[in-house]
Amino acid sequence: MFFNSLLTNFAALEVGQHLYWQIGNIRLHGQVFLTSWILLGALLVFITLGTKKMENDPKGLQNLLEFLWDYIRDLARTQIGEKVYRDWMPFIGTLFLFVFVSNWGGALIPWRLIKLPSGELGAPTADINTTIALALLVSLSYFYAGLSNKGWRYFEYYVHPTPIMLPFKILEDFTKPLSLSFRLFGNILADELVVGVLVFLVPLILPIPVMFLGLFTSAIQALIFATLAAYYIGEAVEEHH
Amino acid sequence: MLAFNFFGATEGGLFDINATLPLMAIQVVALTYILNSLFFKPVGNVVEKREKFVSNNIVEAKNKLSEVKKLEADLLTQLQSARTEAQRIVSEAEDESDKLYKEALELANNEANASKEKARLEIESQTSAARDQLSKQADDLGELIVNRLILEK
Repeated sequence: MFFNSLLTNFAALEVGQHLYWQIGNIRLHGQVFLTSWILLGALLVFITLGTKKMENDPKGLQNLLEFLWDYIRDLARTQIGEKVYRDWMPFIGTLFLFVFVSNWGGALIPWRLIKLPSGELGAPTADINTTIALALLVSLSYFYAGLSNKGWRYFEYYVHPTPIMLPFKILEDFTKPLSLSFRLFGNILADELVVGVLVFLVPLILPIPVMFLGLFTSAIQALIFATLAAYYIGEAVEEHH
Repeated sequence: MLAFNFFGATEGGLFDINATLPLMAIQVVALTYILNSLFFKPVGNVVEKREKFVSNNIVEAKNKLSEVKKLEADLLTQLQSARTEAQRIVSEAEDESDKLYKEALELANNEANASKEKARLEIESQTSAARDQLSKQADDLGELIVNRLILEK
């Protein structure tokens, strides 16, 4: 109760307020979808423009996209391994791009200027639903990767060095999505809150270094999320000898 | 739907989990497919085509370089052998001319010696002939003197 009133009473911040969309029986956080659609739309436009006229000598946007592609390939290849990284590169890349675009979009675009009837626009990754969705997708992916690559032998992983590891490995299956989702959620929300509080208290100059720090954190979080997702998949498809 | 509110409110809160979660998951899966066909596949094709092109060219260039090196070595050995051949020919010619010179010298010497000998023999024979003649004349003269002396007596 106390926390709730404390948080919601940071007047200008509106923590934990949502713009609810009611569709039949289900309720959605509208602000999350609005920002994600705007940001993903921008990402898709950017990508469509960059891949419109592909040449052997890359120019302009194509250069940037190829750099991005190479970066994601290196990330996937080092974590997942030479054999199956191709299958997972789009997923890892999408996670990276989605988290990165969401974080940076949330930090760079002055969403506060747009007034909503309830809640406020911000980074889609500052909503726990988004990060849990991403983390659960990662969990499903590494299970699928392990089972499709090794069949039932995947479960050897749980008793890999010794059967003593079994409870820990099972526990890991729960801690992985938990840590993935809460790390991202916590970092982005904290960044938004810190910037919000600072802007609220000292509206000039002072928040700028913190905003830069926020951009840094946002990029790092995207990298961490994608790297960990790739690492978990790599761990699941790795052959034990 | 899953809905537990950490902050006591019946609605809202930081940990308000609802249908946003599965819908967001579906959205991300859809985005994966869209990005795969719009971004990862086309860019991957272009990049990998170029990588293949570059590595092919490197292999080709390496082959050509090794060929050039082989040809260079070949040429060098040819040059070497041509040089030794030239040296051999020159020294052979020198030897030959030396031999010819010596032969000619010897021939000339022999000839000179022969003609000297011939001349000496001739001189000797003429000398002996002249001496014979002289002694004959002396004999004759002696006889003549003897005869005269005898006659005067």
